[in-house]
Amino acid sequence: MSEPALSRGERLALASARVPFGVKTGLVWVGVFVALGLLFFLARFDNAWILDNVGYIAGGLQFTLFIALGGIVLAVLLATLGALARLSANPVAYGVAGFYVSFFRGTPLIVQMFLLYLALPQIRTNLVDRYPGIPAELTDPLLLTATAAGTIALGLNYGAYMTEIFRAGIQSVAAGQGEAADALGMTYLQKMRKVILPQAMRVIIPPTGNEFIAMMKDTALVSFLGVSVFTAEMFRRSQLVGKADFKNLEAYVVVAGLYWALTVVFTFFQARLERRLASGYVRVPTAVGRTRGGAGV
Amino acid sequence: MRVGDVTGNDVLVRVEGLHKRFGRLEVLRGVDMALHQGEVVVIFGRSGSGKSTLLRCVNFLEDPTEGTVEVAGYRLGGGHRTRRKREQIRRLRLHVGMVFQQFNLFPQLTALDNVMCGPMCLPGAEDKDVRRRALGLLDRVGLADKADEHPIRLSGGQQQRVAIARALAMQPEVMLFDEPTSALDPELTGEVLAVMKSLATEMHMPMLVVTHEMGFAREVADRMVFFHEGVILEEGPPQQVFGATRHPETRTFLDAVL
Ligand SMILES: Nc1ncnc2c1ncn2[C@@H]1O[C@H](COP(=O)(O)OP(=O)(O)O)[C@@H](O)[C@H]1O
Ligand SMILES: [Mg+2]
Repeated sequence: MSEPALSRGERLALASARVPFGVKTGLVWVGVFVALGLLFFLARFDNAWILDNVGYIAGGLQFTLFIALGGIVLAVLLATLGALARLSANPVAYGVAGFYVSFFRGTPLIVQMFLLYLALPQIRTNLVDRYPGIPAELTDPLLLTATAAGTIALGLNYGAYMTEIFRAGIQSVAAGQGEAADALGMTYLQKMRKVILPQAMRVIIPPTGNEFIAMMKDTALVSFLGVSVFTAEMFRRSQLVGKADFKNLEAYVVVAGLYWALTVVFTFFQARLERRLASGYVRVPTAVGRTRGGAGV
Repeated sequence: MRVGDVTGNDVLVRVEGLHKRFGRLEVLRGVDMALHQGEVVVIFGRSGSGKSTLLRCVNFLEDPTEGTVEVAGYRLGGGHRTRRKREQIRRLRLHVGMVFQQFNLFPQLTALDNVMCGPMCLPGAEDKDVRRRALGLLDRVGLADKADEHPIRLSGGQQQRVAIARALAMQPEVMLFDEPTSALDPELTGEVLAVMKSLATEMHMPMLVVTHEMGFAREVADRMVFFHEGVILEEGPPQQVFGATRHPETRTFLDAVL
């Protein structure tokens, strides 16, 4: 008795089944890059121009990172306060936080940037016209540089979204934890700082990492406020050189690659941080993780 | 308010006319009791009879609906928590250690940090002193070698002993235990009860213990309190409660658990 002969298609399927899935997806990625490379080559991709200009565009990295870091720090602060306010019985705190979340989630980020950059100075001008006695120290903070306005707008906007993330994270901590802290006679702030927030962080950090990565990309919006050539972040720089030399393809491919590399790197660190935060929740100690002494976070 | 010696003598906890309602459900219906210096009182009774609620009213994890609680000279009632009231409650709690059925250890901290974190919150706390005392307490509950472990890597009995050390680290004047062994596998209850017994007999720590461990009660309790539907139905020294039960409800319950 002989086996029935396999068709060509069946033989191929069997051979394919022996190749690990990871290898196959890797090959697909390589294929995509080759296809794109070919496309760019046929479209006369100017590698020499890229070599000349990548340094200038990448020079905006420090401003991109600076804006994103400033924005995320502000957003985390606002989200912490906002979440505590949304969980408090104080009507003033609850009401102000409610207004904040509603407004900054309900309007476009780019509009908020222009409100800070162009609308605030007008408030200042009109106030000073009407009340010449107002000391300058009070009104000058309303004049923001484009970078400052953009950073603050990012922080306000993301802080509003993250308020909900933080609130959910705090609520995810078991009620018994707060009761144990109360029973030890901790103050509200001690309880939050030492017991509730470190545990909420486990729930908060992964989505916050996503927000940070999204924010790094949204820093590109700051370019619309017309940042000066020397303090421009990456996107503004690619716009400037791409337009000047009619090299839009090269300029935007380079800047896209830079943003992409940035997010890949941060995603990697985020994954490590998440593993570290799992310490105390898994029975097997992880390679990182396990801190000694100190009260967490 | 701190009333000090006015009601003085050796009463550490005094509960007067305590009522607690959750909405329409009246869980405590007029409870009066006192805990004296060095005394161990075991509270027992059916599930849902209000034992936990009573304990939680003593350190204001629940607000009494009516009546007052007096601990270590602080006498407080229920009602709206003003800033001043919150601070008084916090100060009262500094004198009261509590051990929960579910341990409620802080999972992100090691056993040692769990024990240290309470005292480290006090003004003027020195890391070195607090650490030394915490290690001493862990040694006392037999867990000196587990100081650097996170709670998840400890057995239930070990976790509960860390929780006892954590409460003791505040140097409380009275300890509250809410079914400290009910969440444990039977073979682990002994180690926790042994620690509690040594607290009572060696340190003469006044304790309010909700438990159904009748062996422990018989051996350690000075007084037993039978709780039924939100009131104290019967109380007395163990030999009387076990030997000369006065109330048929108590008898029925004891027959069921013994
Ligand atoms: N926070 C709460 N809200 C509503 N009902 C509660 C709450 N806590 C306890 N109860 C109710 O009060 C009753 C007594 O509860 P508890 O004091 O825990 O009893 P025990 O500890 O004696 O088993 C139960 O019926 C319980 O459902
Ligand atoms: Mg109970």
